[in-house]
Amino acid sequence: MTGPWKQALARVPELLAAHVQISVSALALAMLICLPLAIWAARSPKVAAVALTVASLIQTIPGLALLALFYPLLLGLSALVGGGISAFGFLPALLALTLYALLPILRNAVTGLSGVDPAAKEAADGLGMTSAQKLYYVEAPLAAPTIMAGIRTAAVWTIGAATLSTTVGQPSLGDLIFAGLQTQNWTLVLTGCLFSAALAISVDLLLGLIERGIRERRRILVGAGMALIAAGLLIATLPLMIVRDNVVVIGAKNFSEQYILARLIGSRLEAAGYEVRYRDGLGSAVVFQALAEGDMDVYVDYSGTIWTNQMQRTDVQPKAAMLDEIAQWTSASHGVKMLGALGFENTYAFAVRPADAREKSLRTLDDLARVSSDFNFGTDVEFLERPEWRMVQAAYPIRFKDARSFSPTFMYPALASGEVDVISAFSSDGRIAANNFVVLEDTKGAVPSYEAIVLLAPKRGNDDKFVAALNSLIGAITVENMREANYTVDRDGDKKTPRQAARWLNDKLKE
Amino acid sequence: MRVSGPSIRLHQVSRHYGTVRAVDSVSLEIAAGSLVALVGLSGSGKSTLLKMINRLVEPDSGTIRIGDDPVDSVAPHILRRRIGYVFQNIGLFPHMTVARNIAIGLELAGETDGRADRIAELLDLVELPQDMASRMPDQLSGGQQQRVGVARALATRPGLMLMDEPFGALDPVTRDSLTDQYKALHERLGLTSIIVTHDMAEALYLADRILVMEDGQIKADATPAELLSGNVGEEAEALVAIPRAQAAHLIALGKLS
Repeated sequence: MTGPWKQALARVPELLAAHVQISVSALALAMLICLPLAIWAARSPKVAAVALTVASLIQTIPGLALLALFYPLLLGLSALVGGGISAFGFLPALLALTLYALLPILRNAVTGLSGVDPAAKEAADGLGMTSAQKLYYVEAPLAAPTIMAGIRTAAVWTIGAATLSTTVGQPSLGDLIFAGLQTQNWTLVLTGCLFSAALAISVDLLLGLIERGIRERRRILVGAGMALIAAGLLIATLPLMIVRDNVVVIGAKNFSEQYILARLIGSRLEAAGYEVRYRDGLGSAVVFQALAEGDMDVYVDYSGTIWTNQMQRTDVQPKAAMLDEIAQWTSASHGVKMLGALGFENTYAFAVRPADAREKSLRTLDDLARVSSDFNFGTDVEFLERPEWRMVQAAYPIRFKDARSFSPTFMYPALASGEVDVISAFSSDGRIAANNFVVLEDTKGAVPSYEAIVLLAPKRGNDDKFVAALNSLIGAITVENMREANYTVDRDGDKKTPRQAARWLNDKLKE
Repeated sequence: MRVSGPSIRLHQVSRHYGTVRAVDSVSLEIAAGSLVALVGLSGSGKSTLLKMINRLVEPDSGTIRIGDDPVDSVAPHILRRRIGYVFQNIGLFPHMTVARNIAIGLELAGETDGRADRIAELLDLVELPQDMASRMPDQLSGGQQQRVGVARALATRPGLMLMDEPFGALDPVTRDSLTDQYKALHERLGLTSIIVTHDMAEALYLADRILVMEDGQIKADATPAELLSGNVGEEAEALVAIPRAQAAHLIALGKLS
């Protein structure tokens, strides 16, 4: 087996365990909610109508959005009860997946229960069964195959949707898919997909066996199916039972630079004797809060992001003053320690193709504003909603013909191929130089500074060993080296893994 | 084996569905041990009247007593465990064997002793072979299924049997033999039986008292002999006319050949 496969497979057991854990929990919770509700609904058409409508409505919300919605919801709830509820990781993933699993279980259970032959129900009443006895002796056994089919559908959906829980910080096989998609490491993507598909198919087959057993009244099939599921569950979740103390969790947002820096920090901490876990692919909104709550120990953010998103500032300050204010604010409001800046900036840079820059003499954002009505704009998925975009629009009269969002991986090829004419690139991205794209100058200073900064969770701020392990990274990374490292991961051929790039970067650190 | 069936008394019992009076202030006494047929067209209220006795339908007003006890003096499920109930759609539990279907009333009552013997006895009673016990209901013919239905209703030794078109869905031959056998069973066990039917011929043959219902009221209350001799009202006469004409026709045919 070759290197990339070996590396990808090495991550599978732990992620599979987490994936199984979150899926089973969500499914169990959904059943706990649905089955009593279905019994009630089968006896009251009004309840059935309301419950099924709500469940159908939930189903129309895209899975990713449902997950994202629980983040602010739980934050608000946590604030309401005075903290203690984690909006990060297991809980939001559990709630979103549970809601997602409601519809098939509820629909089938209601259909199954209300489809029980009226003659059998009349006989049950005539024999003097109580409502509970009627359910136990007659309705439940007769509806069981239909209910089981619903649970089966829900299980397959949940296992598939659980890959999305990566985005709220719950480890799952989605970690492999998201990380692979970002770094164009198709081995990782394939591994993630194969294992989640295999998991879904085997669960479907086993639940199908149980369903058949119930339908044909063959207890041996039901027993065998249940035993196999129990055994699989036990084996799959075995890695979770190995308890580890003092594990450091390093967060990373969803692009290569973040993966590389996380590994660089990780290697330093491992050298200092810490055991390290990575939470990759987190959304910007989630990651800072997770650090402040202590769900994570350390990650790299950018001064402008904290400035605009967390501090809600729209003014532009000199770099040094901005860093000072951020350090004070994070410490005072969340107990988060800003260890320092790594030495390079990753700001939003408007990039165009060299030919356009030459022919249309584009040099600054003012020049871009002049031609913007003919230009198609390509951005990452969040830029159009970010305050920086409003700040740019306030400073320059830019009105694009059209705007489209891409994952960062596909944004650069889109510009190169002419699909879009200008992109909101990241200034430390190696693909700008590799494509000879021209970065337009922000002469009015509309976009704030984006110094890469290392942030520590409250409990790590006073951990001297921890701080010492990372201190030598402060001010040690040049933008040229970061670009080079990013490019080795992002380019199409001869790709390096984030870990390899981190090792390369480590050798290039400034003394 | 013999039990003594209770008497039944209805006093001004009514039940409305919207504006329709399904049962309209019916008062009635049924003597212990009698076999009463409730006859009428569909919608005459006969099924509703029957189901009010075991409270599958609750009356709007009036009182019903079984023996001396009003039916609402106990919870409905307790009441129903003392009454046998057989209906046209049979309602055997398709996921249970014949034996378990028959014994389900004993299971509800928590009677575990001698259950197998009782099942065997009941199979004999309804003239089913013993090897039927382990079969599933869908492996039985319609007539066999209703025999199981009757056995299930008799399992807990009720004194009162309520039967709602019990043999209505069966072929004429099966129906005839079951009617015969039930009549014998009724007498042997000393039951009180009320049978709802729309078939006057069946009622005339089976019952020792016939109640003719129309528009929620009892329009005629007579023995089969009285009904056949006439003078019991036009509603009853209209119903009796059919089997009478059929019989006359058959006799005429017999003379021709």
